Amino acid sequence: MIVRGHETLLVQGITGRQGTFWAEKMRDYGTRIIGGVNPKKAGTEHLGLPVWGSAVDATSEQRIDVSVLFIPPLGVKGAVLDAVSAGIKKIVVLTEHIPVHDVMYFLSAASEAGTQIIGPNTAGLVTAGECFVGFMPAFNEKVFQPGRVGVISRSGSLGTLVCLNLVQAGLGISSFIGIGGDPIIGTTTRAALDILNNDERTDAVALIGEIGGSMEEEAAELASEMDKPIACFIAGSASPAGKKMGHAGAIVVGNKGSYGGKKQALEAAGVSVVPTPSGIPEVLSEKLAARD
Amino acid sequence: MNFEEYAAKPLLKAAGILIPRGKIAGTADEAEAIAAELGASVIKAQVPTGKRGKSGGIALCQTQGEAREAALRILGMNIGEHTVRQILVEEQVPIAKEFYAAVLNDAASKGPLLLFSSEGGMDIEEIAESHPDKLVRVSIDIRKGLDRGALSEALPAIDGLSSTTLSEALSHLYSVYTDNDAELVEINPLVLTDDGTLIALDCKFVLDDSGIKRQQNLSESGTPETLTAAETHAKDIGFRYIELDGNVGVLANGAGLTMTSMDAVRHFGGKPANFLEIGGEAYRLGKEALEIILAKPGIKSLLINFCGAFARTDVMVEGIVTAWKEINPSIPIFFTIHGTGAAEAVAMVKDQLDIEPYELMDDAVRAAVEAAR
Repeated sequence: MIVRGHETLLVQGITGRQGTFWAEKMRDYGTRIIGGVNPKKAGTEHLGLPVWGSAVDATSEQRIDVSVLFIPPLGVKGAVLDAVSAGIKKIVVLTEHIPVHDVMYFLSAASEAGTQIIGPNTAGLVTAGECFVGFMPAFNEKVFQPGRVGVISRSGSLGTLVCLNLVQAGLGISSFIGIGGDPIIGTTTRAALDILNNDERTDAVALIGEIGGSMEEEAAELASEMDKPIACFIAGSASPAGKKMGHAGAIVVGNKGSYGGKKQALEAAGVSVVPTPSGIPEVLSEKLAARD
Repeated sequence: MNFEEYAAKPLLKAAGILIPRGKIAGTADEAEAIAAELGASVIKAQVPTGKRGKSGGIALCQTQGEAREAALRILGMNIGEHTVRQILVEEQVPIAKEFYAAVLNDAASKGPLLLFSSEGGMDIEEIAESHPDKLVRVSIDIRKGLDRGALSEALPAIDGLSSTTLSEALSHLYSVYTDNDAELVEINPLVLTDDGTLIALDCKFVLDDSGIKRQQNLSESGTPETLTAAETHAKDIGFRYIELDGNVGVLANGAGLTMTSMDAVRHFGGKPANFLEIGGEAYRLGKEALEIILAKPGIKSLLINFCGAFARTDVMVEGIVTAWKEINPSIPIFFTIHGTGAAEAVAMVKDQLDIEPYELMDDAVRAAVEAAR
């Protein structure tokens, strides 16, 4: 998903330490925060904004396009179901370490209601120069400048580095989409790539993958049909083997998941796979110059 | 978190799936006594790894004397990296047919996936390879639960086994999965006996690590991750720390950036000595992080790669700079710092350590690799 500056945002968990800190940062940058949710503080104000008892209460009074959650792991399922019931169509789930059964549960509910979910375990979304949702350093001018490269990342820290490298090279960012580092997430690499492919402001894509799972391989299928240039870095080529994955897990993804398999699938689809993140701006500068 | 067979099987039993009678033993005397009660027995090494049969860790015994001999042989043997400390002594089961059954978290369908094959007993990879047509996959909506009708339609007809008995056992397996926050629960083989009952001869259970906080009692039966003393210490503090066999220390924030730092060390011809990820709420503990990473024998240079989003680089660097001055290590340190708080962090490194951080990550990594040669 991409969030634009005109869209309204609800912050579930706005009164907590992180909720407060990032709500202010988001508002200062230009995000239209309408208010927040805390069931224990319904009817009060926080940061000069209304606090509702639930997302359902909030949408009964205000139009809300997007909700972001600053909620601890075991409270996330209830909070997402609340936002889905409230009819909010875009939900950003930042929390790490949510039980996977809870994730599958709220993804199923969201899917049935036609609600998009980003995350869990993401640093969020940035529309450079316009708004951001989550905890990316959008306000840091060395890291984010408006431009024409869309960035997809599973990781916040590595995504930050790549945005910085793009800006250092004189390229700007259209949208940053943090899809999240969990094994099961609402918006996959392929879905995020599809969004950037249809985004008028995006002329090229920086794709930051990771070993494990098969999302990069699925994205490669779409990449082969795209005209916009894509450069990709896949983290984890030197990671020690043998983490996670039972036998039955291995079968579902077949032989997919390794660095070599992902690199091969993406290169076959015409994507440039670079050995360190600094290669991304080099490749995209060249390819964009060739097209212009 | 992985569960060994002896810890996984009681979960099946509690859900109504038959398992062989048996007990866990730590000595040959215990094994002999259990075998005396059971009659013909099977002795199985309990180690958190596969290939027990091929390694000689499983023995069929007709008498209690044979059970004693087998126990003496298997206890203390090494399978993979593990030494056998416990054995499971179970009754023998007359096998007519062997099946495979599992339920797991499936990323592709974003929900539970039930797998069943009428060909069991071998690895699931082998089943998928040699009998792909016999592997039944049923995707489940976790909100709605297992649809018994859809399951029965998907299952093959098997001689000597009623479809109700099979779908009931798989329904019980699904309960084991949902009740216990499983990442995977697998029965291989699920056995049809000569008298027509279904019984689980082996079981593998993996608890979702993110589910542990609401499965405290259950998690006590799981096998803790094999960690070194330093890794355990780091984990207690809230770091992700892994020791490797190279000589370049890697300290970074966030999982993605930490992995990338190691990739870059390899790419430029070096070998990581260890890596420590200082993400999340633990980003304030720079001093503790540095102490852990420097304690690794053989470390010859240290790479610090920070890119702050949520984590503030100035806070991380402050702890590291303070500790560096206290410890005064003899190895060189190379910084590359960006993102939240970077201006203050870079100034701190320059002023207090008289070291110039690198603007580009690649340059910092190259220098750290070069210095370790």
